Amino acid sequence: MAHTLSIPAARAVKTKLSLEEVSKEFRQNGGGIAVLDRISLEIREGEFVCILGPSGCGKSTLLNIVGGFIPPTSGAVRIDGEPVKAPDPRRIFVFQERGVFPWLTVEGNIGFGLFRLSRSERASRIAHYVKLVGLEGFEGAYPHELSGGMKQRLEVARALAVNPDMLFLDEPFGSLDSITRLGMRRELLRIWTLERKTILFVTHDIEEAVQLADRVVVLSARPARVRRIVEIDIPHPRDISAPRYLELRDGIFEEIGLAHKV
Amino acid sequence: MDSDGMKKVERNHIRWLAPLLFAVSLAVIWEWTIRLQAAPLVPGPWAVAKGIVELARRGLLIKYVVASLFRVTWGYLLAVVTAIPFGLYLGWHRRAAMALNPPLQILRPISPLAWIPLAILWFGVGDLAAVFLIFLASFLPLTVSAMNAVGGIPAIYLQAGRNFGLSQSRLIYKVLYPAVMPKLIVGLRLAFGIAWLVVVAAEMVAVNSGLGFLIIDARNAGNRYDLVIAGMALIGAIGVTLDAVFRRLERLPALRWGHGT
Repeated sequence: MAHTLSIPAARAVKTKLSLEEVSKEFRQNGGGIAVLDRISLEIREGEFVCILGPSGCGKSTLLNIVGGFIPPTSGAVRIDGEPVKAPDPRRIFVFQERGVFPWLTVEGNIGFGLFRLSRSERASRIAHYVKLVGLEGFEGAYPHELSGGMKQRLEVARALAVNPDMLFLDEPFGSLDSITRLGMRRELLRIWTLERKTILFVTHDIEEAVQLADRVVVLSARPARVRRIVEIDIPHPRDISAPRYLELRDGIFEEIGLAHKV
Repeated sequence: MDSDGMKKVERNHIRWLAPLLFAVSLAVIWEWTIRLQAAPLVPGPWAVAKGIVELARRGLLIKYVVASLFRVTWGYLLAVVTAIPFGLYLGWHRRAAMALNPPLQILRPISPLAWIPLAILWFGVGDLAAVFLIFLASFLPLTVSAMNAVGGIPAIYLQAGRNFGLSQSRLIYKVLYPAVMPKLIVGLRLAFGIAWLVVVAAEMVAVNSGLGFLIIDARNAGNRYDLVIAGMALIGAIGVTLDAVFRRLERLPALRWGHGT
């Protein structure tokens, strides 16, 4: 596709993921609880999209449907035009750092999904991603010997090692302290510019969404509906005290109905 | 050696020295109170030690210890190879567990010793009856701990495993199995403790060798209470040693995460 070359790398035009009127209802005690209400969304290849919404609004449910872990009640999810039916190693979930396997070392975790590769290929892949996330010297360490931020980077490395084309991050930095969290955002953006994965990032943190995403999808409270999709037209690295940043951020605060005075 | 190293050595010394001193002083007090009495109700530690030496001289010490360990090993191993797959299966297939749980729960409060008459009826007096009782005693606790260990696996590990495209068998081998290990080892240790308790009781009625038999025989044949207590001491010492082996296993690096460290 020649025309993709003429536009900035962050804006490839090919649609990667499309959601058409996706709804989800959970059955409970005979009644139904509507969690997602006709969510429609298109995500381009290589795009970084944040799904933003209040806690318990169904963001994680949405991610699980996109990942193929649970089926929607109605509507369609397509990735590269194909309907999503089951989990797939081409699309890897990253949870809060508790998703790493505690019985495996750093190397063991990164190599976990590489069982189809030859031994030497696996070793070089592991070495590459250990380096990428800055865990050199900790190859033989177990997760309980690592800090929260290191575990988080380990989980990102484990996901990237299988060379997926999409990453689904479910409030990945939620349990980190605010200083580590800032560092992790910078780290994630660095990796994203290097690897150009399509990223779907679920968060309830408005600042986080505006710092990271190309577009922010603002969801309503349950049942979740798309309230607005905000294009964040600020190049990286983003100045978080620039007027445009504040304008976009405050716009989302208002959209959600929060005054930003504490 | 730097001062930190010195301190560490000192601390290690204290770790085994303090309990040893305590045990020795307890033995001294015991011996001393016994000697003050004209007709003591228990023999003193010195008499017990001599009893153990006597058992060794008569060739009974090794013979009885081996006999008890032999029975406990067979009964326990049989339970391990049957109960753990069974318990893992029940934990993995919730519906099977729901069907089988009530009968298991009814069997659970029945002391393994209540099976002694049936064990003797079915297997006669001998090793088989004792092995059967130990098997019974370990089977249920092992089944329940394997089942609970599967139930306790965080869903996130299984989800991650599926996400990386693992087949069902690979998921079991690569995620389920390592994820249950820490709890399983604890279950194995507790079940072994029960098996070791039961072997003594089983040997008192079902066989004519072993440490349990030693205790009952020493009383019946001449009120040799020094040998009764010698038997008790041996049972305690062996139990503690085997328990320590299991605790070692729990500290393996790939298992240590399960114990909050």
